[in-house]
Amino acid sequence: MTVVTIIVSVILALAAAGAIFRIVRGPSLLDRVLAIDVLLAIFGGALAADMAINGNLDNLVLLVAISIVGFIGSITVSRFVTDRRLTNG
Amino acid sequence: MVETIFDVIVAVCLIGGALMSLAAAIGLLRFPDLMSRMHAATKPQVLGLWLFLAAIAAEMRSWVLLPVLVAAWIFQLLTTPVSAHMVGRAGYRTKHLRKELLCIDELDEVVERAAKEQDPDETTAGASPEGDTRND
Amino acid sequence: MKKHASFAQELPLIVWLVLVWGSLWRDFSGSNLLFGALIAIVVTRLFYLPPVELSGRFNILYAIAFGARFFGKVVAASVDVFWLAVTRGPHIRNAVVAVQLRSSSDFIVTATGHTLTLIPGSLVVDVDRSTSTLYLHCLNVETTHDADAIRREARLTEAQIIRVLGSREELDRLRQENA
Repeated sequence: MTVVTIIVSVILALAAAGAIFRIVRGPSLLDRVLAIDVLLAIFGGALAADMAINGNLDNLVLLVAISIVGFIGSITVSRFVTDRRLTNG
Repeated sequence: MVETIFDVIVAVCLIGGALMSLAAAIGLLRFPDLMSRMHAATKPQVLGLWLFLAAIAAEMRSWVLLPVLVAAWIFQLLTTPVSAHMVGRAGYRTKHLRKELLCIDELDEVVERAAKEQDPDETTAGASPEGDTRND
Repeated sequence: MKKHASFAQELPLIVWLVLVWGSLWRDFSGSNLLFGALIAIVVTRLFYLPPVELSGRFNILYAIAFGARFFGKVVAASVDVFWLAVTRGPHIRNAVVAVQLRSSSDFIVTATGHTLTLIPGSLVVDVDRSTSTLYLHCLNVETTHDADAIRREARLTEAQIIRVLGSREELDRLRQENA
């Protein structure tokens, strides 16, 4: 089980690093929102992996909450996003 | 023996789920425009969460736990397309799309026409400089 | 005062809410479910939403077939996106394709759009509700031939959803079309 823990941690860390790189680089607001969504999903996955490996259910409600309300942030931002390229030419 | 089989299932599901997260991240990094990245951000996560939930189920092996795991997955199935659609719609209408990557665009003229009806001044200013990008 | 939904229309929603309540507490005993039903009724009265118009038909056999195909497609979609991200990456070519659906029911169109977003290659960008046309963004489409494949796939998905929970009239029209 220890080996599995290490493999899963490394893969999830790489995935989170990729998502964070996209958040930093952008280029647009919607790209960042999308990357934040993915980062949230990776956190959810890490919580689930922790529960499965250690055999507890402490974070189960948190996981359900993420899957219910995780989409609200990106919807809110995409409602109010405006086109900057129009004004720039 | 049974214990070992379940351990293997848990391990496979966890590594599979982690790989799906990695798939989303690789897609985010490698795809050239917002819409392609959205494909990468939505699809692997659905399977990824299923695999993680399956790992929890295989570890706990309790029947009362199953409905809450199923509910978590169904909620994700219901919410992921909504956010993908909203981001995609906003991305298309605010020209985050890179037109040169599209070979067919059947929405273009519909949006242009709708924009013209709503606000004639803005459309002339916002008309895409690349012109018509259809080449089929 | 807005027109209220009949109790029969609200029943599926209340049953769903009670099931979620039970699963969150991990307790399906009678008293807990009764309390959940009470909360569900209060919540649906306080936060009133326009009723979803269901057809009242549900075919469990087609639902199982649809579920199995859907799960297979979800797995294929994830592997597909992974593969494209690794191999094609920045050189990917896409398309926005219009698909005209048969049904005019909001519920069927929504269900089809949700399913199409989750299965390989397509993502709903925009919906024209008056003509029930979906505009799909498709990954890795290069020719009109590929676009036709996407259209066929979308209409097949809609046909399956109509078989599971479409109304009688839509089902009859579907049968005539195939005959």
